[in-house]
Formats: sequence, C-alpha cells, structure tokens
Amino acid sequence: MNTVTEVKGRSLWSDARRRFFQNKAAVAGLIALTAIVLISFIGPFFAVWSFEEIDWNTMGSAATLGRPSFETGHFFGTDDLGRDIYSRVLQGTQISLKVGVIGAAIAVIVGTVYGTVAGYVGGRTDQIMMRIVDILMSIPFMFVLILLLVIFGRSETMIFVGIGMLAWLDMSRIVRGQTLTLKNKEFVEAARATGVNTPTIIRRHIVPNLLGIVAIYATLLVPLMILTESFISFLGLGVQEPNTSWGALISEGAGTIRYDTEWQLLFPLAFFVVTLFSFFFIGDGLRDALDPKDR
Amino acid sequence: MNILDVKNLSVKFDTPDGVVNAVNDVSFSLAEGKTLAIVGESGSGKSQSAFSILGLLPKNGHAAGSVKYMGQEILNLPEAEMNRYRANEIAMIFQDPMTSLNPYMRISKQLSEVLIHHKGLSKAEALKESIKMLDAVQIPDAASRVHMYPHEFSGGMRQRVMIAMSLLCRPKLLIADEPTTALDVTVQAEIMDLLIDLQEDFGMAIILITHDMGIVAGSCEETLVMFGGNVMEYRPTLDLFDNPQHPYTKGLLEAVPRLDQDVQTLSTVSYDFLEGGKS
Amino acid sequence: MSEPILSVKDMKVWFDVRDDAAGGIFPKTKKLKAVDGVTFDLMPGETLGIVGESGCGKSTLARSIIRLVKATSGEAVWMGRDLLSLSDADMLAVRKDIQMIFQDPLASLNPRMTCGEIIAEPLKTHFKGMGKTERREKVKAMLEKVGMDPSQINRYPHEFSGGQCQRIGIARALITNPKLIICDEPVSALDVSVQAQVVNLLMALQKELGISLLFIAHDLSVVKHISDRIMVLYFGNVVEIGTSQQVIEQPKHAYTQKLIASIPIPDPRKEMARRKVRRAERAAS
Repeated sequence: MNTVTEVKGRSLWSDARRRFFQNKAAVAGLIALTAIVLISFIGPFFAVWSFEEIDWNTMGSAATLGRPSFETGHFFGTDDLGRDIYSRVLQGTQISLKVGVIGAAIAVIVGTVYGTVAGYVGGRTDQIMMRIVDILMSIPFMFVLILLLVIFGRSETMIFVGIGMLAWLDMSRIVRGQTLTLKNKEFVEAARATGVNTPTIIRRHIVPNLLGIVAIYATLLVPLMILTESFISFLGLGVQEPNTSWGALISEGAGTIRYDTEWQLLFPLAFFVVTLFSFFFIGDGLRDALDPKDR
Repeated sequence: MNILDVKNLSVKFDTPDGVVNAVNDVSFSLAEGKTLAIVGESGSGKSQSAFSILGLLPKNGHAAGSVKYMGQEILNLPEAEMNRYRANEIAMIFQDPMTSLNPYMRISKQLSEVLIHHKGLSKAEALKESIKMLDAVQIPDAASRVHMYPHEFSGGMRQRVMIAMSLLCRPKLLIADEPTTALDVTVQAEIMDLLIDLQEDFGMAIILITHDMGIVAGSCEETLVMFGGNVMEYRPTLDLFDNPQHPYTKGLLEAVPRLDQDVQTLSTVSYDFLEGGKS
Repeated sequence: MSEPILSVKDMKVWFDVRDDAAGGIFPKTKKLKAVDGVTFDLMPGETLGIVGESGCGKSTLARSIIRLVKATSGEAVWMGRDLLSLSDADMLAVRKDIQMIFQDPLASLNPRMTCGEIIAEPLKTHFKGMGKTERREKVKAMLEKVGMDPSQINRYPHEFSGGQCQRIGIARALITNPKLIICDEPVSALDVSVQAQVVNLLMALQKELGISLLFIAHDLSVVKHISDRIMVLYFGNVVEIGTSQQVIEQPKHAYTQKLIASIPIPDPRKEMARRKVRRAERAAS
C-alpha cells in the first residue's frame, strides 16, 4: 500500500474561477443578477397586490392615484387597469428569465451534441449535418416563430421550444469548429492509439475541453433569448394575459407613456437593462477567465 | 571600439502574479565584426536580453541597465529614435521567418519597401538592390523569384529571404534569435554557413541566440551561457569548450549525445550550483 | 535469430491533396506519396531509429502501423497477424501491446484530466474489470517507475514541467505492459538537459522490461545514441537501413552522408574544420 499524502491538483476550472473573481465587472454582474433572481422569487411575499388583481380605486386614473407609493401598497405604481406593477414586474422577471435559461439550455445541449458529432465523425456525415444547419439558418427564423405562434396559438412551451430549437444552429457551428481543432490534438490521438472508443473519446476528451467556450456562448445566449422573447411579446404574440414578461410590460409601458405613467415603463425597463448588462459582463468575465491567452 | 557594450542589463515583467525577473545583471561587449553566442535553455532569458536591446519587449516588460551602441546609449530610447537604429544599424532575424514576412505581399514589395523607406531609393533601384541581396543569400534565380509570395518558398528559402531583408540596409550588428531551430538539420548547416560567409562579406557583428552547443562551436568567437536569467559563464568559445568552468556549462556540454562519441548513459545537468541562493 | 515481432512490408500511404497547379473550377486532386513502399523488420527488444527530415513520412509511417492513418497498401505483420486486415475488435486487443509516446509533452495530455486519470486511461480501456483502488495503486507504482513522486497523482498537466509531462506520457504508454512503444519525436520539444533525462529513462526502462522501440526523430545524434539499428527515410522511401555504427560510419546514400556532415559537433576545432571542408566543396561545385 502506498501511503503518501496526495497533493491536491489545481484544475483549469479552479484557475478560471480565481481569474473570474478578480474581474470586478463580472463579479458586479454576478451579484446584480443573483439579486434580481432572488427579488423575483422572494419579492412576491412582500407584495400587497397580486399580479392579476385589479385595484378598482386606481383603475382609469393611474396617472394620479396609481403613483408608486407605500401607502397604497403599489410600490412601483399601477397600470391604467389598476394592476400592481411591482407584482407584475416580478412575475415578468420570472417568465423572462425562464425563457432565457430554458431557451439557452436547449440550444446548448442540442448544439453541443450536434456540433461535436459532426466535427468528430467528420467526412460525409459532417458535410450532410452542416448543410442541414446551413439550410435551417437560411430560413428567417423570427418569421417562422411568429407563424408557429399564430397557427398553434400562444403558449409558453411554444416559445421555449421555438426559440431554443432555432438558437442551437450557431452553437452547433461554434462547437463543430472547436471540435475540429481538438480532434487533431495529440491527446485525442493518444486515446485513439490506445483503443478508446469514439463515444468515450467525445465524452472524456472532447466535451470537457469544449465546456469553456460553450459556457461563454451560453451566457451571451441567455440575453439573446430574453431579447427575442421580449420582441415577440412586444409584438403582442408572447405570453398570454394575465401572465406577463419584460417585453410585454415594456410594450404596455411604452404605449401609455403619454398618459404620464412613466413608472409603467421605467421599472420593467430597469430590470431588463440591469439583467442584460449583468449577463454581458459575466460572459466577458468568463471569456477572460477561461481563455487567458486572448488578453 | 566596441560596437555594443551591455552593462548590468536586467529585464523584469509585470504579471498578474507579481514581478518576474527574466534577466538579471547581464553584461557583455561585442567588437565590430565579431560573433557572440548567447546560449541557454527555455526560460534562461536569452531572447529577452536581445529583445530589450532593440526595445522590442512586450508592454509589461521593463529593462534597466545600460546598452551602448558605438558609445551611444540606446536602452529604452523613445520609439521614434529607436527606429533609426533598427534595420539601419541593428537588424534582427527570428526563429519563424513568417513572423516577419507579410504573407499577402510579394517578396519584391517587402524588400524594396525597406530600402525606399530607410534609404530613400527609387522603386527601380530598390528592386535591383533587392535582387542583388537575394543573390547574396544564394537564392537561385533571384530575378524571377523576387516576385513570389512568402508561402511559395520552402522553410529554408524563407529564412534566406528574411536574412536578405535584414541585411538590406547593411547593418553593423545582426541579432539572430534561434535562426535555424525550425529548420531541418541539412538546411540548418547551409543557413549557418551562409550567415558566416555573409558576416565576412559585410563585416558585421553577430549575436547568435541558440540552445545548441554544436552551432555555437562552429561559428562564434565568444560564448555567454545563461540560466534562469543569470550569466553562468562568459568566455572565448575555445576556452569554454576546452575547459568549462561552470558546472552548468559542463552539464550542458555532456548532456548532448554526439555523433563522434559513444557513451552508455547521457550525463544529466546537475543543479547543485543553485544552492547558493539564486533561483 | 529469432522471429521479428513486427514486420512491415511494402507499406504505402498516399493522400489525396488539392492540386493547385491544375486550375479549373473544380479542384483536382493529386496523390501525395507520404510513405511509398517501406519495408522493415523489428526484433523483440530491439530499438529501431527512424530519421529523416520534416515531411519525409516518418510520423505517417508509424501512425499507419497502428491504423491511426489509413494505409493505401502493404502489410504490418505483428506476431504473425497483419494488423491492417484485423477486425476492429481484434485490433483493440493488439493496441494493449503497442503504445505510443508523442512529441509535444503538454499537448499529448488532456488538460482537463489529472495525471492519474491520464495514466489510468489505457487500464480503463483494456482491463475493464480492474477495481478503482487497484488501478490507482498501479498508476502510483508506474509514476514511481518513471521517476516521479506518486503524491502528484491528482495534479493537472499544466502544473508540471515539459520533462515531467513527457514522463507522464511514458507512464501512460507503459501501464499496459506493452511489447512495442512507438516514440514519435519524444525528446525534440525538450531542453537538452531534460532531453538527456528522458532518453536515459527510456533506455533504462527498455532494458528492464525488454520492450521494442520504434524511435522516430530528426536528430541523428539522439537516434544513434538510443538505437540498435537506424533506418533513414527520404521522401517516403527507405534510403538506408543498418546498424547504428554502419549508418553513421559508412553511410552509403548521398542524403545520409549530407545529413551526417550537417550535424553540428559541439567541439569548436572539429566544427571549424568541417565548415572549411563544406566551404571548399561549395566552391568546387
């Protein structure tokens, strides 16, 4: 028995974590994002009004009686229907983040699997798989998504699936490119020489080395998903009332700005902007942390 | 008169993990037309010493000490003044010729631009001079090859082109940083022979940076051995090989297998000398 | 005279490459004959050095034997069976006996795996029934064998020096008790002082374990030091094969002669004299 005490290794991940936490903007982004997530889940417990309740007092006179105030319990004010903006923003935050995260997750999983297989197997398989991606990419995806929503009706699932299934295309291309370079590395050759089978090589040698770039791209994909959902909601095709999302709220707020209810626009917009910036800063920080050569 | 006097040269790098001393207190001098070899393994600071002379350190690098070229202090000169020395007085060639050659530009253009810029020659004169220089580095059929792109040349030919480029302005000092490391052995011998021949023709001094004691043996009057940023030994080459003083030099000489000798096991470099506190 | 452990017969590896000179809208291809009819035998316990300049096909030859590169034609007979016509399952069994060491010490190790996991990979592949603890003990023993501290088993490749990484590569190659190790330029990326250590280690291990080595390098001095016999490749063809002494002292082919004349000798007097000879030859031609 060998009884030496084993020295603990310092993996590339722990190195990256250290570099990430040295990046002030990224850490600020992470804190802001965590705060927003927490608020969206804890906040509703402090709400006086639920997101679908109508305050008949303020209905119709939102500009005067629906101002943000602690006395009425409308911390962020109300809309012209008398609904509490505070509760609605929190509810919209949950929905928008859910769309962003689930959409990005679908894109990451499908894109990574598709891209690694195409890149690693190569040859004719790669040709066919990537031409399929090219064809799908040439379809105007916003148009298709809108069409799907019109035909099958507006539902949350439809949005998740629609956005996610179309966003994996870029992901698969990026992953395939990375796989092609990894495939020719000597450590992959070493695994092949010793007889490791293809699925294991992909799982053990290719994917772990891809995760860095996938993580970076995923953090940039989440805000993209949120933006797409917002755009669709802005067009009035997104989530269904009384549920809401940032896009729907901003759309309503923008529509009623001339009635002097600026809070209806500003509060959801603030959440929206802070979240997007946080994701971008985190993505930037991750890139610097995982890919120090580029600096 | 010495063409180059380097005194107490040190190079430091600012890194996220603190300051790294790449070169400590290096001093040497080089007479006109002579050759000095700087030998060391990776991380010995041999290349950084050379880069600092020409002001080519990356942004996070700082050089201190004194470097006098023909009696003039040139260390840490402002970029504009340094540019007068570069190419005209001191030229440099690198391990990978492609780092200095623009892959999208014909050789003729790259060579003549140097002459037009530094010497104020006309286009026609510059081209003629370029062809002459390619002839001098023994590129066959230079007059037609001059119009080719770098990728159309083999590795050895590219290195010849780069040597030609560095010699265009007739520098008095050539710094060659591992000029043959990327080349096949047979080509390496040709390039080294060429460099020595050119040195005699042009009367320039050469600083040859290398890790290969064999190359040093054939071409340099003096040798400076570096390890971990410090000078281990600095003596005439013949002396150094006959009677190496420093254990590191000794180790380095014995660690290389030789064609003209048979040994059972290679001796390895002992780092006992490090226990003096240096690291 | 014993039977050769490996005998390669008329091995050819041709690649299709784009023919830039041909022109036309559709790219035409031409054959690049990377390896063009190589034949040699390797005896048990023998070290065969393969030298040649970059692009002479030495790496391709080695890779074609263990089917990392598809051979165009030829045979590689390993203990009586032609490797090139084995089924994948049969080939897998053979891979346990033929391992490989690579040129770039760091690039040949997966940066996301610990050195223990890296060395254990061949065991996981070929001894599926082996328990985790047994595997770990074997890896530790192997680390010690290649001159490393077994307590380093959980460290990652980037925490080691180039020489240590190459030792890990050697440990990975040795862990299945192979009969042949193909060394593809194992020391050319290393500093001379480290190079000597790795060469000594390889020679000592070979002596102890009686394995055969195919030692590929461009540095004839190193090849001569480690090899019993030397094979010189030039543009995909064998131009010379013989004992180290024969090849170095009485080279027959013009390329071998030029190669030997070009290798610098770390002795100023000899080297200056050789330079004079070369210069005289150039002046004469």
